[in-house]
Amino acid sequence: MASVSDAELKQMTQEERVTALGMRTEQLTGKSLHIEFDPDAEERFTYPWAPEVDFNKRIEVDTDHMTTTEVNSKIRELMAEGYGTIVLQNPRGKHSLGVGILSRLNLIIEGSTGYFGVGLIDGPNVRINGRVGWSCGENMMSGTVLIEKNAGSTFGAAIRGGDLVCRGSVGSRTGIDMKGGTIIVGGDTGALSGFMMQRGRMVVCGNAGKNLGDSMYDGTIFIGGSIQSLGVDAVEAEKTELDKAWLTRKLTQYGLMPDKGVDHFTKIVAGKQLWNYDNLEPSEKKLIL
Amino acid sequence: MCGIAGLIHKGKSSNVGSEMTAMLQALKHRGPDSTGYAVYGEPKEGDYIMRLKVAEADDMKRGHGIHQTILDRVNAVEAILKEHGAEVASKTNATEYALRYVLTHVGDTAKMAEHIEETDGVEILSLGNGLELIKDLGDASDVAGLYGLHDFKGTHSIGHTRMATESDVDIRSAHPYWAFPYNDVSVVHNGQITNYWIMRREMERKGHRFMSNCDSELLAVYTAHNLANGITLEESLRNSIQEIDGVFTYLVATKDQLGMAKDTMAAKPLVLYESDDLIAMASEEVAIRAILPQEIDTYDPYDEEVRVWQA
Repeated sequence: MASVSDAELKQMTQEERVTALGMRTEQLTGKSLHIEFDPDAEERFTYPWAPEVDFNKRIEVDTDHMTTTEVNSKIRELMAEGYGTIVLQNPRGKHSLGVGILSRLNLIIEGSTGYFGVGLIDGPNVRINGRVGWSCGENMMSGTVLIEKNAGSTFGAAIRGGDLVCRGSVGSRTGIDMKGGTIIVGGDTGALSGFMMQRGRMVVCGNAGKNLGDSMYDGTIFIGGSIQSLGVDAVEAEKTELDKAWLTRKLTQYGLMPDKGVDHFTKIVAGKQLWNYDNLEPSEKKLIL
Repeated sequence: MCGIAGLIHKGKSSNVGSEMTAMLQALKHRGPDSTGYAVYGEPKEGDYIMRLKVAEADDMKRGHGIHQTILDRVNAVEAILKEHGAEVASKTNATEYALRYVLTHVGDTAKMAEHIEETDGVEILSLGNGLELIKDLGDASDVAGLYGLHDFKGTHSIGHTRMATESDVDIRSAHPYWAFPYNDVSVVHNGQITNYWIMRREMERKGHRFMSNCDSELLAVYTAHNLANGITLEESLRNSIQEIDGVFTYLVATKDQLGMAKDTMAAKPLVLYESDDLIAMASEEVAIRAILPQEIDTYDPYDEEVRVWQA
């Protein structure tokens, strides 16, 4: 596919843009088509309408007396003015901070956030120097999110890409329905982590609660500590040298590399006994027969 | 959805009325229908505090007859108090239908409570040395203002903002629930109990009374039953995880303890903060931040987790 200019993209409909940018609808046939970037697109990693920001242009915003809507609108205004590093002070556990940022940005949150923090993002690098509530990074597409303290339940629910990292412990149902990307947890994770996971990798340096990887379709989970119990169709697998190299690289990158290395991590994958994509529903069988 | 909150100061009193108000106001979006407090003051030995309602807030809109009805009910209650030898040291009423009595020389409080509740339209909200249970329609600021809670001093408190899903929007169905007739025990809950009717019938067969159709009341009755049978609060909380079905996180407060329990799925949220002198917990971090604005460490308890703290 030939590369297209920003001006041309702006003239296109949403559907035409999707095709022009090399993105495709996934086909649920058991072997999905997954094209994220077109190699001919000259390193186009941002949306054509994304503001040009300068990472050296930095600003601090005191959010103490602002609503979530005001904070999120302010972030967009500042990005339009070219600010590439935005620091949010005094978040005080507000919900939905930093959601839906679809371009490159250094976002630093000095404190703790509530539910749905930095969900639906595609591109920014986020550092949260506090704790996050439920569903942090839900549906994120790309970028990195680094949390210095603990996280609540459904951490990285339905994540599709990027790195979502929590240095502390996280709640239950971590990475539920994840479809790509990487979730890394420095501490423990709760029950039903990786539930219905479809793709991507999850690394937990500590212990995992009961029903780990329950009904997972695909993807890989690495657990450094104990596993209370495995869920339905989750099975242990042999680590490859590639796995170890990847674990070493990722954990070193985020300063979470254990002193004893990565050999002790247990690898969990789908047993694929529940895969029945090609099976007919009873009503369909009747039609054929 | 509902929001729950709890806080306990270790070994000292604080302004728990205003602290809980700030926490519950931050949780208003989780339940705007009604707000309730169970606050534990500084008890005087021998004194009992009884909070009761003699009508629903909505009853006040139903004509002039209600004023005489309320008067009749109050007179009936006071006659029963006299019959049981209880002396009224003071009587105040924040609203026409909600009264607070400080009683002395009370004998068998359970028998007296049962007798009072035989009066049509009267419900004791709480009875005990330390516990005062206040609940009404509206948000935390409304209720705290109406009942003068901003200056309430005590050691611990639990509270609730209610989004009515399974029963009416009225005071009867609002939380917290007093564990009738067990003095000083109260419960707040977020979740749904799926074996409510089975458990309720079991409790009714054992002689316990239910005032509402709200599933959360079951937890108060269940706790009262266990405590009356010599089971500790921690054991009761642990047993409940196995015996009660559904998704729930609930808090129980006694005269000098605060406990929490989370179901096997950990499906209902709770965020915890612990320090040497204060423990605070709430459905959302934003409630804890309402009283502790400085950066602190908090975490989510896991499934089947039970904790009990001493005041």
